[in-house]
Amino acid sequence: MSTETTKTVFEYAPAPESRAVVDIKASYGLFVNGEHVEGRGTPFKTVNPATEEVLAEVAEADEADIDAAVKAARRAYEKVWGPMPGKERAKYLYRIARIIQERSRELAVLETIDNGKPIKESRDVDVPTVAAHFFYYAGWADKLEFSGYGTTPLGVAGQVIPWNFPLLMLAWKVAPALACGNTVVLKPAETTPLTALLFAEICQQADLPPGVVNIVTGAGRTGQALVSHPGVDKVAFTGSTDVGKAIARAVAGTDKKVTLELGGKAANIVFDDAPLDQAVEGIVNGIFFNQGHVCCAGSRLLVQESIADDLLARLKRRMSTLRVGDPLDKNTDIGAINSAEQLARIRELSAIGEAEGSERWSPACDLPTTGYWFPPTLFTGVSQAHRIAREEIFGPVLSVLTFRTPSEAVEKANNTPYGLSAGVWSDKGSLILKIAAELRAGVVWANTFNKFDPTSPFGGFKESGYGREGGRHGLEAYLKGADQ
Amino acid sequence: MSNRIDVRKTYKLYIGGAFPRSESGRSYEVLDPKGRFLANASLASRKDARDAVVAARKAFGGWSGRTSYNRAQVVYRIAEVLESRRAQLEQELRDSEGVSASKARDYVDLAVDRLVWYAGWADKLTQVVGNANPVAGPFFNLSTPEPSGVIAVIAPKGPLLGLVSVLAPVIVTGNTAVVVASEEHPLPAITLAEIMATADVPGGVVNILTGTRAELAPGLAAHMDVNGIDLTGIDDPALALSLEQAAADNLKRVRRPAAEDLLATPSLSRMTAFLETKTVWHPIGV
Repeated sequence: MSTETTKTVFEYAPAPESRAVVDIKASYGLFVNGEHVEGRGTPFKTVNPATEEVLAEVAEADEADIDAAVKAARRAYEKVWGPMPGKERAKYLYRIARIIQERSRELAVLETIDNGKPIKESRDVDVPTVAAHFFYYAGWADKLEFSGYGTTPLGVAGQVIPWNFPLLMLAWKVAPALACGNTVVLKPAETTPLTALLFAEICQQADLPPGVVNIVTGAGRTGQALVSHPGVDKVAFTGSTDVGKAIARAVAGTDKKVTLELGGKAANIVFDDAPLDQAVEGIVNGIFFNQGHVCCAGSRLLVQESIADDLLARLKRRMSTLRVGDPLDKNTDIGAINSAEQLARIRELSAIGEAEGSERWSPACDLPTTGYWFPPTLFTGVSQAHRIAREEIFGPVLSVLTFRTPSEAVEKANNTPYGLSAGVWSDKGSLILKIAAELRAGVVWANTFNKFDPTSPFGGFKESGYGREGGRHGLEAYLKGADQ
Repeated sequence: MSNRIDVRKTYKLYIGGAFPRSESGRSYEVLDPKGRFLANASLASRKDARDAVVAARKAFGGWSGRTSYNRAQVVYRIAEVLESRRAQLEQELRDSEGVSASKARDYVDLAVDRLVWYAGWADKLTQVVGNANPVAGPFFNLSTPEPSGVIAVIAPKGPLLGLVSVLAPVIVTGNTAVVVASEEHPLPAITLAEIMATADVPGGVVNILTGTRAELAPGLAAHMDVNGIDLTGIDDPALALSLEQAAADNLKRVRRPAAEDLLATPSLSRMTAFLETKTVWHPIGV
């Protein structure tokens, strides 16, 4: 196998998805007690990261707004949602799942415009999984006595979600909370609030009782006010490990139940007997899916030394065929970086990678001149001490390390404070099972990567947080437990 | 023989399977309820606590890698050896807590039975808290519990039943433990350590420190190589708050102090508090 990269050239005509299906308002308020209301903070703008076009002005919730939302959620919990039989709650959740399916194209286009992710992904991964998540948890609402976690809800859940999968993270938070009989106050990320606000409309169409779902927009301060509010019984957060630690400190000494789904620096381990073309697809999916804005991204490639040259040649050739550009184009593989701030972080860490002596490589690709863009990038000659091997970059940047023996692979893979996910590629079943058992990570993908399903628990070991989302296990976060 | 002077025991720490004195060279007086001298217990230092964490980390791979059946037998063996030394422990409970002979007997009975109860969970918990997941695609997908790692345990005042009730659920699943024994009644904890040392518990799986909660707990709560902390023995809310805050620095799994009836049959929660769920995917047919 030649190490020279040969580019297979296909010319693609532009195939843009129509924006006509979405109707973005000039400004948005908060969604409290079933109504859209003004916020009392300082409004902020949300931007299309592919064009830098301002999409809308969005209200900022201050402490008084948070208080009103928590009170609305409390009333709804005590008067309506808590006492409602599970089978009736289920029907509301089924309605929501169906409306998401009915409005799926609109949600996908809006997600892509606000977030920058390729329409191919929002249309085929995010939105279908969102509907599936509501459908799955709807069915649990009247079956909680079989869950193993009791049937008693916690009360009001304060939920703070990130910008990388805005609607999907909303579903992961809202669906199990509601199924268990809790009400929620949810804060979407400040750079991607629009699909959550559209979800508020979906709740109205479903005639969900007022106050069961409340949506408060804003940045870190708004989130802090929400998780610290004494009326919140449960805190659920997905985002950075630093903020997760701050939340763990903030809830110390209270009775609040907490789940945290935080950062990662996943190892993707390729053994010499792996199916290499399949592995290359998995590596690409692992780090370039969603621009690498994925907490469980396979950002450290650990490749067995004997096949490293061969694998890298194949990987570079495959990377050369990735199409970076207009997220609304149906042929786009890699969309826009979500924000100027995130782009600066990716650039900074990549520069540090070079400065520390790693070799940087990207395929030739023409990036648009406006918007926030970063080419798919890999670094070779990376040591475990390099910052690009230790810190979460949260972008399309892959660090490549090598190993000789399975035990060396495991040692390197586990040499991180994180423990969210890992990948292992081999044709030998007994080796896969051994490595999977030794990896300290909450999700292990063997001969696949970045697969998600509503029935499958997701969450980390160590500093990647605690608690699980998805599956039967995901109910535990929203119930008092069989013994309490 | 009646003039024979008895041979008294030095109560030491239990770290890495050995019984060292505190590296600080300190001890503290342990008195009975009437204020009479019982023994000098080692007054463990923060350095002793760090050494115990190192020993627990070293033991984790081996202990968590054993079969569940094997861990079940080791914990069951602790119950067997405890039963065989019950006379000594009953006397120690009477001396330290001032309880009646029948009460001391009850406590030892319960402690033995609790160890037997937890031992049996080693090879059953995976079936109760793990499951296969029917994902919408051609994938094998299985979720199983795994131990969190090194767990710091601040034991409650109850010198034997309290200690067994918080320790057994932590280690039976494959975690290793650093225990701060009851500050008020530390002597039975060291006797239990001697029992574990002769019950095939590998060195480092359980490490027992005697000393003060105020000195030892903050270092353990802040230690970056400790994965979880059980605050059951902390009865000062201000200390519990600061410990939970310190534990956030590396996102330790925290079990907050809460009222609990140790005489009742336990739930699974003391085991599940220090377990992680691992989910493994593999394609089918590709």
